[in-house]
Amino acid sequence: MTPPTPSTAAPLEVTDDSAEKSITSPANSGNESKSPGQLAWRRFKRDRTGVISACVVIFFFVVALCAPLIANLYGKDPYTTYGLNTPGLLGDNGFPVKPNGGIDGEFWFGIEPRLGRDLFTFLLYGIRNSLLICTAITLLVVIVGVTIGVTAGYVGGKTDWFIGRVIDVLLAFPSQLFFVAFTPVVLALFVSPEENTPVWLTVVCLIGLLTVFGWASIARLLRGQVLALREREFVEAAKVTGASPVRIIFKELLPNLWTPILIQATLTLPNMVTVEAGLAFLGVGIQDPTPDWGVMIGQAAQVYQDDITFLLFPGLSMVIFVLAFNLLGDSVRDALDPKTKR
Amino acid sequence: MSSTTPLLDVSGLTKHFPIKGGFPIRRTVGHVQAVDGLDFQVNESESLGLVGESGCGKSTTGRLITRLLEPTAGKISYQGKDITHASRKDLAPVRSEIQMIFQDPYASLNPRHTVGKIIAGPMEINDINPAGGREKRVRELLEIVGLNPEHYNRFPHEFSGGQRQRIGVARALALDPKLIVADEPVSALLQKVQQELGIAFLFIAHDLAVVRHFSQRVAVMYLGKIVEIADRDDLYGNPRHPYTRALLSAVPEATVDETPPRERIRLQGDVPSPINPPSGCRFRTRCWKATEKCATEAPPLVQVEGNKPGHLTACHYPETAEVASAPRLAKDPEPAA
Repeated sequence: MTPPTPSTAAPLEVTDDSAEKSITSPANSGNESKSPGQLAWRRFKRDRTGVISACVVIFFFVVALCAPLIANLYGKDPYTTYGLNTPGLLGDNGFPVKPNGGIDGEFWFGIEPRLGRDLFTFLLYGIRNSLLICTAITLLVVIVGVTIGVTAGYVGGKTDWFIGRVIDVLLAFPSQLFFVAFTPVVLALFVSPEENTPVWLTVVCLIGLLTVFGWASIARLLRGQVLALREREFVEAAKVTGASPVRIIFKELLPNLWTPILIQATLTLPNMVTVEAGLAFLGVGIQDPTPDWGVMIGQAAQVYQDDITFLLFPGLSMVIFVLAFNLLGDSVRDALDPKTKR
Repeated sequence: MSSTTPLLDVSGLTKHFPIKGGFPIRRTVGHVQAVDGLDFQVNESESLGLVGESGCGKSTTGRLITRLLEPTAGKISYQGKDITHASRKDLAPVRSEIQMIFQDPYASLNPRHTVGKIIAGPMEINDINPAGGREKRVRELLEIVGLNPEHYNRFPHEFSGGQRQRIGVARALALDPKLIVADEPVSALLQKVQQELGIAFLFIAHDLAVVRHFSQRVAVMYLGKIVEIADRDDLYGNPRHPYTRALLSAVPEATVDETPPRERIRLQGDVPSPINPPSGCRFRTRCWKATEKCATEAPPLVQVEGNKPGHLTACHYPETAEVASAPRLAKDPEPAA
């Protein structure tokens, strides 16, 4: 397999017409030319782990997007307390009467103890909400990180120094502690303590905080990449022809930065899923009546000794999702950057 | 030399790179004197070769003229217009007329762009719409440089080094430049380009033999200064500066006939550091004729006695033509080696 960019250490070749003719014989000219992206795609398709992980990840996203449709066909919603409305589903102690958390043909994943909500739809909507929030955070983190990182790397000088110190501080910050301590403070800025916090505000606050603390590592990575690319001769070649800095950044540098951006994005998203779930578990993220992966795990953890299936479904699905996404990230990196392969 | 305004007029061109150091406060602790007061002209359709050892500042000179680097001092005029410190906007009309061919064919092409995009890029930036469209023009250029126009949609990684350099040449030609700065090009193609298209060249090389076939005039650089500049035949036939002679003696001989082999001049030691160059004449530390005067007084670049007009040499003790024909100088320090 030829790497997309041959080693820069390759020696200068003296032009030799006869040798060149043999390389570019008419037989291999034509339209079989492959871009570096196409080569990466070909490598990716051959990576079985990557393809399977991609299928799992796509499955989760399809489920998340189609949650209302699936719930509709299934005929239940995540808010109705079926256990309280229909006698005979929950016993006197508040736990499902049937074994395994009340799994049967009607409630596929069982019902929740005490309130008796349907766990299948609750998990569906939980995945949906978690993935929507985390995709939004990842997009914002990547956009902010890339913008700041590329600016720092390309402009250099004092701007670079200043941004570098901000990144240092952000990376040194105990962000998890900060979220726990400051989410209530930030929320209190907008809502008085007596009122109920609207869900959208919690979501916006969560996205904002995680973005603020998430962009630093990707910005630092891209700054380094830009510093390396900036000195390459093709950038100078563009300058000689009069290209503006905007054109150099978007047309010359950015196409060469998609690899690290894509890799970082695929590693950021599963990380955000766990962080978001962790915050919900700790009670500073999404709150109970709103279905969420973390909320569900938090609820289940309170009763896991009596009803392990409640914890099993959200826990297992999250492990599978995060694992698949991380493996996908690795495969993407291997495909785009064959030289880093172990 | 012609009395009209030269295409490119460089005078006193200087570039010093500051060296930062010190703790805790970083400050400038010295300068790399990469280029130190160059004077030369390039006329229309003329090819000037710039020759020197690695690190003598020839690549820096190329980057100064194409304004990739900001000169520390001196003046660069293009067609009588001062472009020494022109901003990007002021430079725009001149940009398309001064192009560059880069040294490294691997680093100078964007790996994510197709050949078509690479060559059409300069036209796009300068908003040039040739008759028949840019794609047609790119295909023409590919043909001019001897590549298959069918390779329009290929990526640089699919080409060999020599082919890549041709792509670089095509890109430089895309704007119909009047002057091309070529940094150590290998391709003999440039000779054809220069003769057919009448473009002026500043041809940067480390080897006098390469330049000989290509340049009408040759300038020899040593440690950021021009030590000798002359018409080609003059310089090769009657080198006046000891350094030029040393370089010429290193050129391999093409003939294997019975003429006695030339005496090889071996320069002792390495090129001194450009951070702290020798006082006076910069070549004196390696020169076999150096005297007290060389250490105290920097020789000016002038037409020394016995030179033709336009042949300038910076030396207090220039070689003479007689000596040049019957060399008896610079005994090889280790003839057995």
